[in-house]
Amino acid sequence: MNINITLFGQMVSFAVFVWFCMKFVWPALTSAMEERKKKIAEGLDAADRAMHDLELAQNKATDQLKEARKEAAELIEHANKRANQIVEEAKEQARTEGDRLKAAARDEIDQEINRAREELRARVAALVVTGAERILESSIDEQANRELVDKLSAQL
Amino acid sequence: MASENQTTTEYIQHHLQNLVFGKHPDGSWGLAHSPEEAAEMGFWAFHVDSLGWSIGLGVIFCWLFGRAARRATTGVPGPLQNFVEWLLEFVDGTVKDSFHGRNKIIGPLALTVFTWVFLMNLMDLVPVDLVPWLFSLAGVHYQKIVPTTDINVPVGLALGVFVLMIYYGFKVKGAGYLKEFILHPFNHWAFIPVNLFMEVVGLLAKPFSLALRLFGNMFAGEMIFILIATMYSAGLILGIFGGALQLGWAIFHILIITLQAFIFMVLTVVYLSQSHEDH
Repeated sequence: MNINITLFGQMVSFAVFVWFCMKFVWPALTSAMEERKKKIAEGLDAADRAMHDLELAQNKATDQLKEARKEAAELIEHANKRANQIVEEAKEQARTEGDRLKAAARDEIDQEINRAREELRARVAALVVTGAERILESSIDEQANRELVDKLSAQL
Repeated sequence: MASENQTTTEYIQHHLQNLVFGKHPDGSWGLAHSPEEAAEMGFWAFHVDSLGWSIGLGVIFCWLFGRAARRATTGVPGPLQNFVEWLLEFVDGTVKDSFHGRNKIIGPLALTVFTWVFLMNLMDLVPVDLVPWLFSLAGVHYQKIVPTTDINVPVGLALGVFVLMIYYGFKVKGAGYLKEFILHPFNHWAFIPVNLFMEVVGLLAKPFSLALRLFGNMFAGEMIFILIATMYSAGLILGIFGGALQLGWAIFHILIITLQAFIFMVLTVVYLSQSHEDH
């Protein structure tokens, strides 16, 4: 157990090794570790952000889908309504058209009836006159009788 | 055993003798060839083995860690960088737990102390006769491969820490550092001599306890390895028993060498933090 100059040799080498460690080992490694830590933190942040974005996008997509569905439903409803309306309108048109046709037909029939009646009347008048002529067989004044016949035929 | 006709005492003493380089009484410089010659060389002599092994281990530490630092990447670290970073983070955590000032020497200092002391202690696990035997084949008769069992080494380390303690004490606190010696713990002028005595003893006790704790543990551990090794020459039964003992002690010693390196580091940090903080 003898203290000798080894002691100082040890002190000097100690100082040299500490200096070496301080100069070349510690700063390089700590900065590398720090940087890596930062990198990892950034990566985790980015992942979080991406996850958030994804969620937002998904929400947006769902919203849009819902909107589109709603719009489609509205459109269909609208179309249905419109179709009903058109059908109704067509029905209405057909009905009025029918009515018009019916009225026209009736008018025509009435006209035909009147015409037929006039014709009949004229024929009856002629017939009556002829009949009366035959009955009388005399030549009565055609003029005087005409009045009579006309009165008669007006009564028909 | 180094030679067949040694007594147990001689064997143990042989193992406890460093390889000394110094000045012979006749004025020439050279290696000491016996414990007596080594003792005569006095203070101005080197323990070649302690210095060689400790510096060698320190160079290995610097080379390995320097390599890791030079190739440090911020990406995925390789195995070496991973290991070094793990160790560095462990040391840094310990430092941050007990050191609250700001000083960029403290981290590297703690790392160096821990790793270097650990490596020096680790030499204790090498079978005690192996390396001395190899050296004796090469004609070198004394070889102590565990530097921390040489009192010079722990004391050298502790004195290094002591110098830093004083330096930072003055640097951080200035004259206040001196005031601590005379006005603490009793803040009255009449107690100045008492305070001075107590504080100086307290201050000197720090490096001594630091050095002697490490030295004592490692020396005792080494001694037990040597004692176990003496059993190998005492017959088959005792030899086998010794083998089992050596294995058990070596396994237990893994804990001790790590613990002592760790304690040395923690105390270094604590002492230095005391130099940075006001009481």
